[in-house]
Amino acid sequence: MKTKTILVAIAFSLSTILQAQKLKGSDTVLPLAQKEAESYMKANKTAKLTVIGGGSGVGLAALIDGTTDIAMSSRKMKMTEKIKLSDAGKAGKETIIAMDALAVVVNPENKVSQLTRDQIESIFTGKTKNWKDVGGDDMQIVVYSRESSSGTYEFFKEHVMSNKNYASSVLSMPATGSIIQSISQTKGAIGYVGYAYVEKEVKALKVSFDKGKNFIGPSMETAKNKTYPIIRPLYYYYLSSSEKAVKPFVDFCLSAEGQKIVEEVGYVPLTK
Amino acid sequence: MKTSYKKISEKLIESLLFVSSMVTSLTVILIVIFLFKEGLSVFNETPVEAGNVIAVNKKNPLSSLSSEQIKNIFDQKITHWNEVAGSKDSILLFRLEDISNYYTDEQIGENFEHLPECISKVVDSIPGILAFFPEKYLSKNFHGKKIEFNKIALKEFFLGKEWFPTAQPAAQLGVLPLILGTLWVSFGAILLALPLGLAAAIYMSEIAKPKVRNVMKPLIELLAGIPSVVYGFFGLVVIVPLIQKLFDLPVGETGLAGSIVLGIMALPTIITISEDAMRNTPRAMKEASLALGASKWQTIYKIVIPYSISGITAGAILGIGRAIGETMAVLMVTGNAAVIPHSILEPMRTIPATIAAELGEAPDGGLHFKALFALGCILFIITLCINLIVEYVSGRKTHKAH
Repeated sequence: MKTKTILVAIAFSLSTILQAQKLKGSDTVLPLAQKEAESYMKANKTAKLTVIGGGSGVGLAALIDGTTDIAMSSRKMKMTEKIKLSDAGKAGKETIIAMDALAVVVNPENKVSQLTRDQIESIFTGKTKNWKDVGGDDMQIVVYSRESSSGTYEFFKEHVMSNKNYASSVLSMPATGSIIQSISQTKGAIGYVGYAYVEKEVKALKVSFDKGKNFIGPSMETAKNKTYPIIRPLYYYYLSSSEKAVKPFVDFCLSAEGQKIVEEVGYVPLTK
Repeated sequence: MKTSYKKISEKLIESLLFVSSMVTSLTVILIVIFLFKEGLSVFNETPVEAGNVIAVNKKNPLSSLSSEQIKNIFDQKITHWNEVAGSKDSILLFRLEDISNYYTDEQIGENFEHLPECISKVVDSIPGILAFFPEKYLSKNFHGKKIEFNKIALKEFFLGKEWFPTAQPAAQLGVLPLILGTLWVSFGAILLALPLGLAAAIYMSEIAKPKVRNVMKPLIELLAGIPSVVYGFFGLVVIVPLIQKLFDLPVGETGLAGSIVLGIMALPTIITISEDAMRNTPRAMKEASLALGASKWQTIYKIVIPYSISGITAGAILGIGRAIGETMAVLMVTGNAAVIPHSILEPMRTIPATIAAELGEAPDGGLHFKALFALGCILFIITLCINLIVEYVSGRKTHKAH
């Protein structure tokens, strides 16, 4: 009798594992998706969600291979990925689930507290090499960036550096945590991190995208009212064929409750 | 009867041993074949991502552009066509999203059905244009000139100085900075670890009292059990700021930080293996040397070291092997800037760190993916060369000793 119940329990848990929907992809979206999935599963006892990281590219590749139900991504799907998806005879759907503000950060000892977009571009492309050229002390600028594979890297390049390539002398770090660690211990450092990661160890700069007229620092308010310019969407991608199955969860993320979680995690909720 | 049974079982064991050794060698060979098959296919690719077109105006005399020129044009370092043997006009960049500056949404059509025509007209009307757009929007009667690309050449791959595998529209795949970074960091690590490791091994095998040795040996072996991420974190938080202060550098993430961390990681291998080899020196030889009036130190470097030289070199090879292939710790402390290093006090990017950081996000089977496999091939060849050299050197030494 006892073994029978155990067997039934095992079979039941196996079947729920098999039914579990998978979310895979961006490490930026990961903490948010985990929280969303947790509260969604609390509200719907029958629902099973598994959230896995790995990076935007990994998630989208898995979506194309059919090994995940939802791909989380911190960047838009690339042309090559779209072509691959349509080659596989599938059609994808895209939903923006939250916004993420990127902060340009420096060491707290740095005098500079604001930069224009042109100055940031010039620093990251390697044209400006000394802080004294942008109103700081006579000190070499050390530029930190994420790895070239990161969605954040691409976004920053497209929206802040007007699509120009980073200088090859830029130091690339494997994770946001190491960027913060390095900037906090290097006086001449500059880098970019998600707003949710800004801590006391680093100083977020005010930036101006209108040639120095208005300088705006990153905060929840300025990101919400879209006055802070460096803000990017975070995406869920899923196949239109599986829309019916994943829609309840996606809708939950877009609901008022889901958007409240977005703000708790440190991202910017969508505004209508 | 009994003997024949014995013979059969012996044959069976023999063939089992043969099979298992064959399987191991075959696996190694298969891995190498797979690695090279994927890696070498990078030379069948063009630097522009498949499915995209780069086109210029029909009247532009330009015939070809290298991927480096394309990058410089899109970075606006080259702004005039005559710098790349083209027409007299200045360069105007055109990306797909710029189409809205030329045509309204109605003209393009709801489902982009008129987009190919619009692009064709734009390219035709502006003499200095350089257009980059997806191939599927290439009109059938396209009025511009498509630029053809050569496949990636061996020379530009190995001697190229820039590593921008995700650059749009043309990837820059120069591996020279990565190869040099790997060699600098590993060489530095061995330079630090070998003398220190040898000294510790000599002390433990010849000089230390058994009590001291019994404490030291497990302690050193414990070093080998620490995960490399922990070494990396230790390096980032402790060694990097230390180097920055010590040498008064603008940045502490340098090749030297990588060398120190790798040196520490290679130490246990070097120490344990060479110490074991030294302890295997026959007692009779050591006693004979001492009996002839040689001092302890003379015995060590005239008898013990020559006798155990093959064990010491084996320790060194395995130590170098760990240093060159190590990924995580290096990724965290060397800064990973893909520039050609001029001294060990500069940020560097190594091959294993590059593969580890980029493979997860590289689209499967794409140019970037293949380029990373080619890096794996280079790493394999470097370690193979080191093994061959060391084997040759140690072979000569033992020959002399006999």
